[in-house]
Amino acid sequence: MSTTTTAITPGVGLAPALSPGIPHGAARLRWVVADALTITKRNLIAYTRTPEALFFSTLQPIMFVLLFRYVFGGAIHAIPGLSYINFLMAGIFVQSVGFGGIGTAVGLADDLQKGLIERFRALPMARSAVLAGRTTADLVRNVLVLLLMTGVGALVGFSFPNGALGFIAACALVLLFAYALLWGFAVIGLTASNSETAQVMAFPILFPLIFASPAFVPISQMPGWLQGFASNQPIGVVITAQRALMLGGKYVPGSAAGHVLVALAWSVGLLVVFAPLAVWRYRRST
Amino acid sequence: MTDAIEALDLRKTFGGEVLALDGVSFAVEEGTIFGLLGPNGAGKTTAVRILTTILAPDAGTGHVLGYDVVAQADQVRTLIGLAGQYAAVDENLTGRENLTMVGRLNHMDRPAVAKRAVELLEQFGLTDAGDRPLKTYSGGMRRRLDVAAALVARPKVLFLDEPTTGLDPQSRVDLWAMIEHLVVEGTSVLLTTQYLEEADTLAHQIAVVDHGRVIAEGTPTQLKSDLGATVLDVGLADEHLANRAAGILGSVGTKSPTVSGTVVELPVDDGPRVAMEVLRLLDQHALVPTTFRIREPSLDDVFLAITGKRAEADEDDATKSPTDGKRHSRRRAPAGAGTTSEGGQR
Repeated sequence: MSTTTTAITPGVGLAPALSPGIPHGAARLRWVVADALTITKRNLIAYTRTPEALFFSTLQPIMFVLLFRYVFGGAIHAIPGLSYINFLMAGIFVQSVGFGGIGTAVGLADDLQKGLIERFRALPMARSAVLAGRTTADLVRNVLVLLLMTGVGALVGFSFPNGALGFIAACALVLLFAYALLWGFAVIGLTASNSETAQVMAFPILFPLIFASPAFVPISQMPGWLQGFASNQPIGVVITAQRALMLGGKYVPGSAAGHVLVALAWSVGLLVVFAPLAVWRYRRST
Repeated sequence: MTDAIEALDLRKTFGGEVLALDGVSFAVEEGTIFGLLGPNGAGKTTAVRILTTILAPDAGTGHVLGYDVVAQADQVRTLIGLAGQYAAVDENLTGRENLTMVGRLNHMDRPAVAKRAVELLEQFGLTDAGDRPLKTYSGGMRRRLDVAAALVARPKVLFLDEPTTGLDPQSRVDLWAMIEHLVVEGTSVLLTTQYLEEADTLAHQIAVVDHGRVIAEGTPTQLKSDLGATVLDVGLADEHLANRAAGILGSVGTKSPTVSGTVVELPVDDGPRVAMEVLRLLDQHALVPTTFRIREPSLDDVFLAITGKRAEADEDDATKSPTDGKRHSRRRAPAGAGTTSEGGQR
């Protein structure tokens, strides 16, 4: 069928459209990057237009810092010789980027529901741009949230026990993990039929992973049957590696490099699984 | 000469059972407006989604300016613009930012996009609102911006999927004027609509679709020639009286009257003159109408003329496999008025 029409007459006699033809090679790659940046910019603008959403989503982790620092902290015997706030910050970081990721799922579900993704599909843009742009924008948001949490933590006594470099390395690690997690949230957002569903789907997955972890309470204070899960599930692993980096070997037993390697493996592993899955969902979502 | 759009025997079934397109074919000549007219669930949007590369057909082919919509989807996307039923624009961005985003995703350079955005905001009467987030726009403004966004890259072929559904009458007329203007500039347009009036006003050629099939095709004049120029609606106190009145008025109009609930519908050529005759006849038989109306024929009337049944918009219908016997039988439930397409009752 299509062989009869292959590019015999197409384009002939037409005034040149403003849209150029389809490039290949390096030019094509420039398109892919430019399109992803265009969508990133769009999502970042949206965040600035809904400051209340950003405010309330960061308010929760701030309240957790204060709650655990001043209300529960005194009752939790975390690490001997270390103040509780220094123990707490790694947990707060993961909690912030974890719950913040719900926004990724909700945003994508919303774009699908409102027909925006339909419009994108009919444009000559790179197919990868919607997901790449969304996850990049949310990574930027995570950087801002971590900065804010660091400020709040420092105000209530966080003292960077392993120095600035260790702290920065811990932040880099949690950002990598957060980025992998965002692709998981993208899968949820593209699977849910609407943004409300995306939200309620994401919550019960996240909640046990964050609270059944060493985020707020040391593993040794949990019942035996829970300890194995809490220390080996991805969020538990990342928190331990973060502590190894931001607190130092004095407070975290075992090799710091070992902890970090396991956390890196989890992060890369999740990314390798979730990114293709999200792309697959995106191609199928109509 | 290459057609702007060519659909050949398009077929699409959703989830293995919902038949959306059952072999749709049509061709849109360059520089013309083609109207796909039909009720909700007829398959109009599915046809548009296939021809704009969003959806792949199960069978059949689509071409835009000679390019295959599946095999050459990338090329097709550089040639088309799409404005959908649901105003697919980003609420958090301003009008100008929305247009800029679409232009950049069409790989136009920044100065060209900026210039084009100014032009389009002006053309669609949105200059003053251009730098406000869309959240503050009215429904009509959003729809205009949606159409403007479809035009950023100066597409050769424009798809408008029910562009005026839900708009107030003035916004609708404004948008019609803009669409007509585009064709003067050489754009080809595929327009889907539930409104006969809209297809009549804008389209050079119309295909009427129902249950995923083209059931009639022609110019607006050809399609309406079967109908009278106007329709008389005569309401009576109950169904029994309505049926009696239909019997009495049997030979007054261009076609025999139909009864829908308590209303007798009578297609006529010469509304005012026939109206007098109808009232005289009713009076002779001591029948008193409760309502009396002269109106333009609607999509519903076209459907009735072609298929012998009302246009149905309910979801269930799309899921049933339409058997021919059913489609051509006269199914006129007494409560028919309640189940007919809203589009038919402007």
